[in-house]
Amino acid sequence: MINTKEIYKALEQVMDPEIPVLNVLDLGMITSVVVGDDENIEVRMIPTFAACPAVGFIQGNIKSVLEKELNRPVTVTLDKEIIWNSNRLSEEAKEKLRNFGLAAPQRHNGDGYVEIMLQTPCPHCNSTNTYLRSPFGSTLCRAMHYCKDCGNMFEQFKPVE
Amino acid sequence: MQTNPLQQAITYLLTKMADDALILGHRNSEWTGLGPIMEEDIAFSSMAQDKIGHALGLYSILHETYHAPDPDQYAFLREEKDYLCCHLVELPIGEYDFSLMRHFLFDHADALRYEFMEKSSLEALRPLSKKLKGEIKYHTLHANAWLTQLCSAGDESYARMQSALDYCFPLALGMFERREEMEDRLMDEKIYPGEEQLKEAWLERIYPILVKSSLNLPDPVNTSPINGGRHGYHTQHLQPLLNEMSAVFRLDPTAKW
Repeated sequence: MINTKEIYKALEQVMDPEIPVLNVLDLGMITSVVVGDDENIEVRMIPTFAACPAVGFIQGNIKSVLEKELNRPVTVTLDKEIIWNSNRLSEEAKEKLRNFGLAAPQRHNGDGYVEIMLQTPCPHCNSTNTYLRSPFGSTLCRAMHYCKDCGNMFEQFKPVE
Repeated sequence: MQTNPLQQAITYLLTKMADDALILGHRNSEWTGLGPIMEEDIAFSSMAQDKIGHALGLYSILHETYHAPDPDQYAFLREEKDYLCCHLVELPIGEYDFSLMRHFLFDHADALRYEFMEKSSLEALRPLSKKLKGEIKYHTLHANAWLTQLCSAGDESYARMQSALDYCFPLALGMFERREEMEDRLMDEKIYPGEEQLKEAWLERIYPILVKSSLNLPDPVNTSPINGGRHGYHTQHLQPLLNEMSAVFRLDPTAKW
């Protein structure tokens, strides 16, 4: 019987195509992993944004990486009951984001985003003397900010409830 | 798709919401490459992508639970009269003031719809509504920021926003066009609060932002709504848009993408 730990270990290799330093576990995209009686593996996942164009691609990557690593049939289905939100990102994931040059999402409590997005720390110089330039950026999950101290524009993985 | 009356009403509700998102999504995408500044080009393109994703979410529920065709076929292969979008979303993008005002008026209504739907008795709709509600917060945040800034940016920009509001308001009231036989069933089942309640909540939601922007809201009681869309009657602008957006899909509807 295959151990689910091995499956999780293999999932660490499946990276997000738009933020290549984060894997699907860092992003909190995996909602369950089940090994059936026939030793087949079923992975359930959720997209970050409803319109994320990479969902099908990530689904395919999970399947091919796990099948290659574990040598048994894998099905990957979309979990309709659980909704992704940015608090699902692990602390480790946020650290990886900052090292990649992207500000991490603030923890939110389901209220508006305006207040928490003011003074987002700059990933280049750590200053909080920054302002939200636009709530939209180069991918659906990013917002754009400007740092008044180091004079750089920077992007943030934005908080979503 | 011959089903019982309640299923017909649910299909009507999800179709009109999804069609609004699909058509406005396509309109917003027409700003790609043309935005007045780069951030706005990106913002309208991102909102376009969001809207089309929202439409897909709703069409998928229709397909999986209510016997509608596959989402792509449903989105691209219907006849014009079978679309239920309101006239507000059909109009070409025009000038930036019009597109911004349409976005402001539409997205506040859209946000409210999903806030209500999150508590709907229709279970299939609740998780999606919660998700979309969170995403649309960025749309209203964006609209509010630009509206208030442009209204305090000088006489010309203020005047243009006021005239955009005057022009859009009767069209925006058309978002709340009622189809009683459908609505009554949905309200009886507590699936949906009804357009009248949504409209009241919307007016309350937009009013403080308009006040902050010093804009005058036209009198909602004495303004005739521009209706028709929810009954399948559309502006001259819809059919050319449908032709364009489905042109590639129609080349081979069975193609795998």
